[in-house]
Amino acid sequence: MRRRVAENLTAYGFLSAALICFAVFSWYPIARGAVLGFQQVDFVTEPTWVGWENFERLFADPLFATAWRNTLLFTALALVFGFVVPFLLAVVLNELRHFKGYFRLIVYLPVMLPPVVAALIWKWMYDPGPGLLNSALRGLGLEGAAWLDSADTSMLSLVIVATWANLGTATLIYLAALQSIPGDLYEAAELDGAGVLRRLWHVTVPQTRFVLLVLLLLQVVATMQVFTEPYVMTGGGPEDSTVTVLLLLYRYAFYYNDFGTASALSLLLLLVLGAFTALYLRVTRKADV
Amino acid sequence: MNSTSLRRAAGLLLAGSLSLAAVACSQADETGAAAGGKVTISVNGQPPQTQPFDRKVFDEDVAEFEAANPDIDIEPHEGFMDPKTFSAKLAGGQLEDVFYAYFTDPANLIARKQAADITDYVKDVPHYDAIRQELRDVFSKDGKVYGVPTANYSMGLLYNRALFTQAGLNPDQPPKTWDEVREAAKKITALGDGKVGFAEYSKNNQGGWHFTAWMYSVGGQVARQDGDKWVADFNNDKGREALQHLKDMRWADNTMGEKQLLVIEDVQQMMGAGQLGMYLAAPDNVPTLVNQFKGDYANYGLTGIPDGEGTLIGGEGYMLNPKATPEKIKAGLKWVQWKFLNPDRFEKNLQRYKDQGQPIGLPVPPVADVWTGDIAAKQAQLKESLATVPVANFKSYVDATPKGRIEPPNAQQVYAILDNVMQAVLTNRDADISLLLADAEAKVNPVLAQVK
Repeated sequence: MRRRVAENLTAYGFLSAALICFAVFSWYPIARGAVLGFQQVDFVTEPTWVGWENFERLFADPLFATAWRNTLLFTALALVFGFVVPFLLAVVLNELRHFKGYFRLIVYLPVMLPPVVAALIWKWMYDPGPGLLNSALRGLGLEGAAWLDSADTSMLSLVIVATWANLGTATLIYLAALQSIPGDLYEAAELDGAGVLRRLWHVTVPQTRFVLLVLLLLQVVATMQVFTEPYVMTGGGPEDSTVTVLLLLYRYAFYYNDFGTASALSLLLLLVLGAFTALYLRVTRKADV
Repeated sequence: MNSTSLRRAAGLLLAGSLSLAAVACSQADETGAAAGGKVTISVNGQPPQTQPFDRKVFDEDVAEFEAANPDIDIEPHEGFMDPKTFSAKLAGGQLEDVFYAYFTDPANLIARKQAADITDYVKDVPHYDAIRQELRDVFSKDGKVYGVPTANYSMGLLYNRALFTQAGLNPDQPPKTWDEVREAAKKITALGDGKVGFAEYSKNNQGGWHFTAWMYSVGGQVARQDGDKWVADFNNDKGREALQHLKDMRWADNTMGEKQLLVIEDVQQMMGAGQLGMYLAAPDNVPTLVNQFKGDYANYGLTGIPDGEGTLIGGEGYMLNPKATPEKIKAGLKWVQWKFLNPDRFEKNLQRYKDQGQPIGLPVPPVADVWTGDIAAKQAQLKESLATVPVANFKSYVDATPKGRIEPPNAQQVYAILDNVMQAVLTNRDADISLLLADAEAKVNPVLAQVK
């Protein structure tokens, strides 16, 4: 018994570095943030307890509903693009006979760009005047689009950027899943006379179902926290069409210096993301069994 | 020592040293007060290394001030007020004793008790009473003083003289009204090759800021005091007039370019590249255009704001840390007065800038335009006698004297809402101005209701 205690103590001794780091930089800020959501702070005097006041202010803000609507729209669009495109790309890459490594590198390259740089490059490409996209469209005899400069197209334009920037990671994960499918399954399907689409539907999809589901949930959690693209490219405009929850949170904290309300909003976001994370844990636990 | 106890000892040692490091970090930097009768004050406003001339001037000033005041030790910190990090610095005990503040911020800082009350100390600041009253008011509330203004600007119309000439316009007779701006913008846009007649901001609160300037220019305002509370005051004919003008330039005349959601850097880049005819700006934009965008002083002109019914004034000043001791407050105010508000150093400062090839004669610092009476006259006379840039290009701005109006209370929140109005007019051909103004009014009023 004493020996086990001693061994555990040693283990905790080695773990302590990580535990202290987590406690100081992760758990304490999260707990403090949760408390702040019910307080008014000026960082000079002691914080005052205000109960649900910060939440009431949020619910009264017309941008609150707009921000959630925009975030959900972004998430939905990002899933349509960010989920399907990398999967199809992975299927194609998996079929390649030559230059496999080269194409994988090409697909992964955008991930290496810092997000702000990617956003700035796309901002230039979207320029409705001399921007690359509109120049190309005009070259084809088509009319250019307003891209970021219209409330109708702004969100879709941001989704394209986010999908492009994150394509590489998702594609590589799908690719790894595809490569773990035993080749004899395809051979058997081929012998049975199954074409490409049927093999995709009856072999590839069922065999990668678990990876697909996990990535889907991870993408929901990640895309609901969208911030960089709207912050750098549109500032939430035009006409509030790209104000997301995190951008609104940022405004409360750093434009209005209202850290209480910002924390209240982050708590709400935490609840929503927590629900998805619980779902994710459930799914992954099921798979372990 | 067997191997188990050795491992245990090593683990505990590691844990112990990390805990100690954490404690040591949290206890850092609480000293710096009076050591041997010397007061150490931290001040921000030191220009970054990327601006070598300004940095050198600042560091020289620190050395000179310390030599003249051996009981004060200045600890300079790089950078200016960044609203994004201000609260974090204050919460973490990292806020400087003397800190920089834009005119938009003092009201909120005072309301949140985030600046020291310096009423009793400011009486001893030389020439404080000669500073323009409306600028002093920015840093005061209920008869108490919380900071001192050190520079200010008022908005005018910045234009490209070269493009004016190319477009057949007389650069010595810049537009005086919004109608004349509209006509000039048409001629500049007609030059083709992507030239833009007039540009306007609409993102990151800068759209709301410039909408406010538009409102002032046509004699309107954004907020007014109604008894003891503030209410929105832009959903009216003045607001509609300003926005209709902007909308006509954007959609009927097509003189504002395709790309919108612009911020100041975008517009400066267009002006620096010789692609833009006009934009609303303060004079401090001119050195930026020359230094950062390789422009030429001779190519730019500045005139009073169109229509001239009023103009937005803004600026900067310094406030004191609410946790600063009386000694630090006294020393801090001494530094601010010596460095920024010192008529005895006008000539020396101007000469120093001139000797190093810096522009003299623009309506911008090195000597701040915050004075009244004799000091203002002395400063004007010195600037004229030492001028190095074509002063005539900026004369119509200096001669125009529209009524200066400060920014509305809770300016940043109000601007965030008004950004939307500007964005709608500039990106949506079918934007309904009356509806936009009514909607913005409904959103701004709750923000103004929070003004204490």
